[in-house]
Formats: sequence, C-alpha cells, structure tokens
Amino acid sequence: MKKWAKNNVGFFFIIPWLIGFLVFKAYPFGSSLYYSFTDYNLFKGMTKFGLMNYQEVLTKRQNVTALAITFKYAFMTVPLKLIVALLIAYILNFKLKAVNLFRTAYYIPSILGGSVAISVLWRALFKDDGLIQQMIRMFGANPPSFMTDPNWALFIICLLRVWQFGSTMVIFLAALKGVPEDLYEAASLDGASKWRQFFSITVPLITPVIFYNLITQLVQAFQEFNGPFIITNGGPRGATTLMSILIYNAAFKAYDMGLASAMAWVLFVILLFFTAISFWSQKHWVYYSDEG
Amino acid sequence: MTNSNKPRTAEEINAEVIRKRRIQTIVRYVVLIIVGIFMVYPLVWMVGATFKDNNEIFAGLNILPMHPTLEGYRNAVKSYGGDINIWKALINTFTIVIPKVIFTVISATITAYGFGRFEFTGKKILYPIMISTLFLPQVVLNVPQYILYNKLGWVGSPLYLPLIVPSLFACDTYFIFMLVQFLHNVPRELEEAAKIDGCNVVQTLVQVIVPMLMPAIVSCALFQFMWSSNDFMGPLLYVNTPAKYPASYFVKLSMDSDAGFSWNRVLATSLISIMPSIIIFFAAQDQFVEGISAGGVKG
Repeated sequence: MKKWAKNNVGFFFIIPWLIGFLVFKAYPFGSSLYYSFTDYNLFKGMTKFGLMNYQEVLTKRQNVTALAITFKYAFMTVPLKLIVALLIAYILNFKLKAVNLFRTAYYIPSILGGSVAISVLWRALFKDDGLIQQMIRMFGANPPSFMTDPNWALFIICLLRVWQFGSTMVIFLAALKGVPEDLYEAASLDGASKWRQFFSITVPLITPVIFYNLITQLVQAFQEFNGPFIITNGGPRGATTLMSILIYNAAFKAYDMGLASAMAWVLFVILLFFTAISFWSQKHWVYYSDEG
Repeated sequence: MTNSNKPRTAEEINAEVIRKRRIQTIVRYVVLIIVGIFMVYPLVWMVGATFKDNNEIFAGLNILPMHPTLEGYRNAVKSYGGDINIWKALINTFTIVIPKVIFTVISATITAYGFGRFEFTGKKILYPIMISTLFLPQVVLNVPQYILYNKLGWVGSPLYLPLIVPSLFACDTYFIFMLVQFLHNVPRELEEAAKIDGCNVVQTLVQVIVPMLMPAIVSCALFQFMWSSNDFMGPLLYVNTPAKYPASYFVKLSMDSDAGFSWNRVLATSLISIMPSIIIFFAAQDQFVEGISAGGVKG
C-alpha cells in the first residue's frame, strides 16, 4: 500500500477533481439519462417508465420547431462569428500602427457581452424607436420592428453573439503569429495576391485552431440561453424559443424533470453528432504541422 | 507594340508597389475603424445614455447628453422592494465570486499539477475523461444538478452553496486544461533542483510550481471573476430570496419591473453592475489576451 502510494503520488493531487467529477458531473449526467425515461415531477416524484418523453420531444410540434430554431441559430451564428473573427485577426496581424488599441476595442464586448447588462443594452438598441431604428431612419429607410418581427428577432440574438467575436479573434491572432513569414515572402515573389495567400497559406496552416474554435462555438451556440431569455423572452410568437428555453420551461416552470432531461439529451446527442463529425472530418482538412 | 506593353523601368514598378501598399494599408484601416465603431459605439452610447433624461435617450444618436442629469443614477441606487438595491446586489455578487475565484484557483492548480507532472495508475483513463468534460454541455447537467442540490437542501441556501461548492473540486475544467497547457511549457529543471534540495512534492508545488505558474493562475482568476460575475443561470436557479440576489439577476428584474419609461435608470443600473468587470478588464487586459491565447492554442 505504501509502495503504491509512493508510485502514484500524482493521484493524490487529482482526488479533489475526481470527487467533483463524480459527484457534480458523472452522477448528474448518468441520472439525467435515467430521468429522461421516467415521468418525473419534482414534487410528485417518479411514476411511469418508458419512451414517452422522447416521443414527446420528437413529435410535438412546439418541440420540433424549437429544435429547428436552435439549428438555424447555431448555423447562422457560428460561421458568421468565425468569419468575422478570422478576417479581423488577419488584418490585425499585418504590422499596423495602433493594433493594440483596435484589439482592445474588439475584445471588450466579448468580456462584457455575456452579462445581463449588455442584454439590457441590446434591448435598448433594437427596441421599437430604439437606437438602431433611428439610425436606419436617418438613411431614409423604413426599419423593421426587430423585437416583434419573428423574422428578425433571432437575428438580433445572433448579432449579440457575433458582436462578441473578440476572444475567438484573439485565439486566431495567436495562431496567425505562428505562420512563418518566409512562406508569405515566397508567395509574394511568385506573384500570389494577398487573397490567394490567405486561402492557400494562412487558412490551411491554422486549420487546427479553426477546428478548435468551430467546436467550442458550436457547443456554446446550441446551448444559448441568456440572449433569448433576457432579450426576447423566447418570443415573438416563439421565434427565439431555443431548446435551452424549452428545457428551462419544462424543468423550472412545469417541474417536469423527465421531459426536460429528455430534451437535454436530444440536444446532447445532436451536439455529440456534430462534434463527432468535426473530429472525423478533421483528417481531411485539418493540417497538423508536426505530422511527418 | 502598344505603348502599355513597353518594358517599365525599375522606378515605375517600385512606385506602383508603394502605391498598392498604401491603398492596402488604407483599406485595412478603414475596415478596422468601421468594425471598431460597431464594437464601441453601443458601449459609449450606453454610458452617455445613463446621464440623459428619459425624453432624450431615444431622441437622437448623440452620445453626450444635452441636459446632463443624475436622475438615472439616483433612481438606480434606490432600494427595490425594500430588500435590495444595486449596491447590495453587487456585494452579493462578490460574496459569490470571491470565494469561487479563490477555490477555483487552488483546486485547479492542484489538479493541473497532478495531471501535468506525474504518472500514476489510471491517468491514461482519467486525463482523457477530464479533457472530454471540457465539451460536456452544461445544458445536460442543469436539471439533474438542480435535483441533486435540491435533495441536499442547497437550493436557496443563504451561503450560495450550489454556486460555490463545486469550485472547491475544480469543476470548471477549462482552468485545469489551461494550467496543464501552461505547465507543459515550463521546464522541469527547477523542480529537479528542489527535489535534490530535499523538498517534498507539496513543497515543490508551493515554492516552485506556483510562482512559475503565476501568470496563468492570474489569468484563471480573472476569467473566473468575469464569468462568475456575468453568470445568470446559476442565480436564476439557486437564489430565491430578493435580499440575496446578485447583480446579474437584479439587473434583469429591474428591467422587467420597468414599463419601458425609465431607461436611464435601467441603463444606469446595468452600467453599475458591470463596473467592476470593466475596471478589472482595463487593469489587466494583457493577462486576458495572454490567457486566452495560452488556453486556446496548444503550446
């Protein structure tokens, strides 16, 4: 026993984490899978056991719509955010003056943007007769009613998250600094344009980082809660009711823990699917420089 | 042969390259400035709006108030339902965030040391598990965690137990990951020397590892501070007495309670609520940028 302890000193350092993992992650994770197959009301306890929750998630119109909206939201937000972040990082990577000033300006929103305060600000910007509507009117156009028009409301939330591209940009910027400069020089001598260089040198070399950002952003986007909850409260007419909002309503308004767990698991499986696809596809497009 | 096909002199080519470069530089600055305006204008407008009266806020795009007033702030600091005001809410936020930051930093450092510097039975399984929890979405855990905390009697706890206790056990895996990454780039020589000098593993951790990890530890502390101050879902689920509301939740309630007429109060409340984050950001910008680069990119 003493000898084992001596050879496994490291194990003792991870015990706190291991306890935390088992109690606050593994057990809840496992139990929620179990709950998802039960009719579990927080106050009345468990009754039935079966597939009824999953049936409800996948067939009830409201739930299917929420799933579709969640997809729409994620596939709108993630590419937009990654493109803006990469483009700005690319420009910042040229030796320009005042780069630090710009970097700060772009980075602040990503630090503060998760706060309720900024969601409140977003309402002030996009409400009827709010700042953005006035701006559009200044140009003589007739602005849409962002918060009450179902076609626009989701886009407002998306914009809030894209506005927070700063930390993604910083990660890209660090990666771009690692691209050897002589590659660009060689390409310039061969007459390759900047755009050409961007797509045939920069992008291939930073694919591992693009991959990392893609996955973390997808995981985040599929779970988006604060934006739609605070800014639009799921409305108008359910246009911003993402899965996370439905889960919240099922669990903490109806106390239907079984249904909420099933919804969460459906979302989880979808996320797992996309993460798996990304991992599987990475051997076709992600380039790791230390290979070979 | 037409005129334009005449071979150009070196000077002409040179002049064109310079001209092209200049245009490129200008285009880049224009893009940066336009995007910069989109990033900063809403924030600056918000600051200005807190000093406007309610008739003026949406009466134009200007930032500076025409008739500066402190009305918004005066109303913002008034108590709300008798039990709470923005100052008290901020103190509640700190009551949650400060222990959380301290516990996270300690538990994550210890765990990162274990994973980053030792081989032990089971590491080959536990390390990938730790990494995979990075991608374990919180949305699956919310419901069962609530049920667990409810069974433990922690929901509505005046000590904010559901929000704080998990940080004692390094539950925010991201920080372990960040510290392990950083540790991989720290040379082992000093530890070897400490070992020869007779330091045991705990002394080595405290006297050698912690000082070397300090920049990364500071980054962890800063991020945890920001994220926990912004946290909305946690208080929404686990705090249920008004006197205990932290700032994030208080701001949401004070917005909901408003019929849409006193935006200066709502915006002033919001701005006060993020003031600590803003101050810390400007005091320690570089650490944020370094921290996020170190965590996001494999060393």
